[in-house]
Amino acid sequence: MRIQKHPILPIPQRKKISFFFKGRELSAYEGDTIAAALFAHGIRIFGHHPKDGAPQGIFCANGQCAQCLVIADGLPVKACMTLVGEGMRVEPVEGLPVLPKVDAPPPMREPETIEVPALIIGGGPAGLAAAIELGKRKVKTLLVDDKHLLGGKLVLQTHRFFGSSDAVYAGTRGIDIARKLADQVHSLPSVEVWLSSTALAVFSDRKVGVLRRGEEYVLISPKVLLVATGARERSLVFKGNTLPGVYGAGAFQTLVNRDLVKAARRLFIVGGGNVGLIAGYHALQAGIEVVGLCEALPECGGYKVHRDKLARLGVPIFTSHTILSANGEEQVESVTIAQVDEKFRPIPGTEKTFPCDTVLIAVGLDPVDEFYHKAREFGITAFAAGDAREVAEASAAIFSGRIAGLRVARALGLEDTEIPHEWLRLAGILASRPGPRIQPGLPAQEEGVFPVLHCYEEIPCNPCSSACPLGLIYVDPADIRKTPRYLGGEGKGCVGCARCVLACPGLAITLVDYRQDPRWPIVTVPYEFLADEIEPGGRVVAVGEGGEALGEVEVVEVLAAPRNDRTVLLKLRVPRAIAKKVAGVRKEREGPAPLPSPVIRMGDEEIVCRCERVTAGEVRKLIREGVRDMNQIKAITRAGMGACGGKTCGPLIKRLFREEGVPDEEVIDYVKRPLFVEVPLKVFSGAGKGD
Amino acid sequence: MRGYDVVIVGAGSVGTPAAWAMARAGLKVLVLDRMPSVGQGSNKAAIGGVRATHSDPAKIRLCLRTIELLSSWKELYGRDVEWRSGGYVFVAYTPQQEKTFKDLLKVQHAYGLDIDWYDAPELLEIVPDLNPRGLIGGTYSPQDGHCSPLLVCHAFFEEARRFGAEFHFGERLVDVVVVGGRVRAVRTDKGQYEARVLLNAAGAWAKEVGELVGLEHPVWPDCHEAGVTEPVAHFLDPMIVDTRPGPGSANFYFHQLATGQLTFCITPDPPIVGMDRRETSSFLPQVSRRMIELMPRLSNLRVRRTWRGLYPMTPDGSPIVGWAEEVHGYLMAIGMCGQGVMIGPGLGELLARMVTQELRPEDHEILEILSPNRAFIREEALR
Repeated sequence: MRIQKHPILPIPQRKKISFFFKGRELSAYEGDTIAAALFAHGIRIFGHHPKDGAPQGIFCANGQCAQCLVIADGLPVKACMTLVGEGMRVEPVEGLPVLPKVDAPPPMREPETIEVPALIIGGGPAGLAAAIELGKRKVKTLLVDDKHLLGGKLVLQTHRFFGSSDAVYAGTRGIDIARKLADQVHSLPSVEVWLSSTALAVFSDRKVGVLRRGEEYVLISPKVLLVATGARERSLVFKGNTLPGVYGAGAFQTLVNRDLVKAARRLFIVGGGNVGLIAGYHALQAGIEVVGLCEALPECGGYKVHRDKLARLGVPIFTSHTILSANGEEQVESVTIAQVDEKFRPIPGTEKTFPCDTVLIAVGLDPVDEFYHKAREFGITAFAAGDAREVAEASAAIFSGRIAGLRVARALGLEDTEIPHEWLRLAGILASRPGPRIQPGLPAQEEGVFPVLHCYEEIPCNPCSSACPLGLIYVDPADIRKTPRYLGGEGKGCVGCARCVLACPGLAITLVDYRQDPRWPIVTVPYEFLADEIEPGGRVVAVGEGGEALGEVEVVEVLAAPRNDRTVLLKLRVPRAIAKKVAGVRKEREGPAPLPSPVIRMGDEEIVCRCERVTAGEVRKLIREGVRDMNQIKAITRAGMGACGGKTCGPLIKRLFREEGVPDEEVIDYVKRPLFVEVPLKVFSGAGKGD
Repeated sequence: MRGYDVVIVGAGSVGTPAAWAMARAGLKVLVLDRMPSVGQGSNKAAIGGVRATHSDPAKIRLCLRTIELLSSWKELYGRDVEWRSGGYVFVAYTPQQEKTFKDLLKVQHAYGLDIDWYDAPELLEIVPDLNPRGLIGGTYSPQDGHCSPLLVCHAFFEEARRFGAEFHFGERLVDVVVVGGRVRAVRTDKGQYEARVLLNAAGAWAKEVGELVGLEHPVWPDCHEAGVTEPVAHFLDPMIVDTRPGPGSANFYFHQLATGQLTFCITPDPPIVGMDRRETSSFLPQVSRRMIELMPRLSNLRVRRTWRGLYPMTPDGSPIVGWAEEVHGYLMAIGMCGQGVMIGPGLGELLARMVTQELRPEDHEILEILSPNRAFIREEALR
């Protein structure tokens, strides 16, 4: 279950090694996490919960929870964070793990304290952009990131980004933006980067505890702290929500796009925001079937162009639908959804069940801002940037990071740190939600050659206007959220270079060329899949903007030029009547037919706190008895006491309060405590680091 | 204005069991707490050790009763408070410790406590994971144990309400109405309540309450830091206490919870006096080295969370319990010195007997020892 070929991602050659799971010898590649190596063999159940025997597996794939615990060479470890080693003996965790014996105490010592002017937690788009601003000003900066690669979630993003091409790499793929930002950071001598280094806590004595390179505990004493820790995914309560095979879109993208594991065969997506839509597109690029996507609102919340990309590939999108259950004994075997009424209640009789092995939850993000709030509480000069400050697109995070970089520099007493007014304005634009949709209208022109802009929603994006060498595509430079207009016609005209088709991150521009044969114009469309099976002379299904099939058409040319950044251009011969409507193509595919639906009652037995296996019913009972303090709920039920520290169940319990009609302001939130992730005692003792 | 027999300030380790015992005795009880729910002050910061093996007869008696209550709670009331009779082990690695522990045995045996000295080889049979290097031996008291302080507090809260006790959370005491030298009523930021008895069970906040009746209580909180690990398969029964001083710390102790996690706590030396409960960077490096030195097996155990909690200390390390001479009807149950969870349940019943004037003969000795008017010159050997 490895990805052997990918239209965008290179598949590196890696050394093959072997390890054991339950005594069985299995192959892996050097650099695989234990989780990836097990997934590559189709193993998704890593053990069973000590409380109720529920099967456990990957959930966050990010070291935050402990659902993926396994025993590796006798030690309990998180499978998503621990690399598999040659000959490693991995065992599932059945019940509680046995603490291994240790004969004698190792040599131990005090942790080192390091003073730095600027500390940045998080090497994603915001943290990197801030580091660049500080590095340009020669400010001594330490950047720590818990992953082994810089870029944060950018390293998982194979699609091209929206935004402003002159300011934030719009039109460039996330993976490439990550590399560009990282290269720039590495070229700045005043910026030091620690990878695989997790920030664990901010302390009242104004120090930040960091687990350096996964093994050494150090205390950092910064003059100014920038928290650029990104966002975490929200979870959802439904029957079967903790079955192996249900996980967040981020976890899925990590397994697929970073670890190059085909983590699913058939996927269902819950949530029509950008995260869900993009994850679906990534799955298709990896050769994973997407059986459908449901969204509780009447419209998908993500960008229309992302939605259309998915719809054009034949993914059924069920708006006004919610998930009722993930079904299966030990892992996901199918999903049941139902239509909802205007109050989001499932309508009986509308249930549909689809066979699938994976359900992705993409129902929104919350800022990871605990360090920022602790730092402020403790009197550390601190800023937050990117998603940790406001959840938005990566392009907005880059800008937010730049601005934060200047704020940090100013707080350190540097001059010339005036934040350009233009930056603040652009930052606002880039972080804005999709605006109004413009009534679609196709151009009247039916001769010559010209682009058709299938872009009807106001989002902050302008690469098309900078791509046209003749300046024929106009996006209001004062507000790049405005939709583009084609300025050609009347003597000045498009020459058909197709650069706009390639530049559009939303794959929403086609080129229609009537010059050869006005009855059978040639339509050029972008294609981001493996084009091996598409041959000139072959036939594909042409689809309209929203994914509606328009008919079979002939492929006349497949252009896969290296300078086109892995986007393939397909030239199609299309009947005049539908030429301007064609927005893309798909190879014919048939989704699995829905299964006969069992009607599943939403019960109180569903899990809210997955670490401690606490049900919605247990919490609801307390809310009905008048409990308003989440700390009291925690004391009684243990919800929030687990490995993730309430990061997952906190938002769910708040939703339960709302369901019970309790206003937010009456609810007392969990008291936040260190540590951010679990770390062995020996690390704090300085064991093994003696001179 | 609503009237009560008793208004209790503090719904924590002491006030909540007191409310239960008093409501059960037929008294009309109101509990006030400034926090949003029960046990949100220092109760939830406690790690849950309960021992009767003290050197002070008052604490011995009160804690023996606590052990009776907690060990039978599930049977009597149905709620599991995670009581485990795992015992306590005080380890001795120095001749000085050995002497102290052995001297104490005489008093402890006189009160019929089940505690004995074990030389290193026998002690290692009870706790095989102790570092044997330099171990002389230690005391083991199998009747002691541990509980979940959170669940204990909640259990008393539940039962107290069943007997009619009322609890007001998020409500702050602002004034005590004293007429003719007697408590008559209390005023809060939300209302006024008549009461003939005011019980100060405000823990680390007890001094503020005392000031409202013009009394200066010798109670000063200091701050200890604690932590909890991931759960692992059961490997440790007793609470382990190491009384040796270390750099920056006095004693430290840990035990494995019924649910598999290890919970641990250290006493800073010099003490961190004050109300500051914010986490420090010094705690984990300090406590981890001591824990691994004492029990190398803990090396690979992962720390999940840490927090700080307040120990309301008195000059001699013993609680202050009794009626005020200056203000009739003002009752104190303060200065638990970090032992509110183990003293609270036994003490709650004693406080109820004080209000209903049904004291038993042995109660008098306890009240004499813990009297607010004592000289505060004794120093307990094992605090």
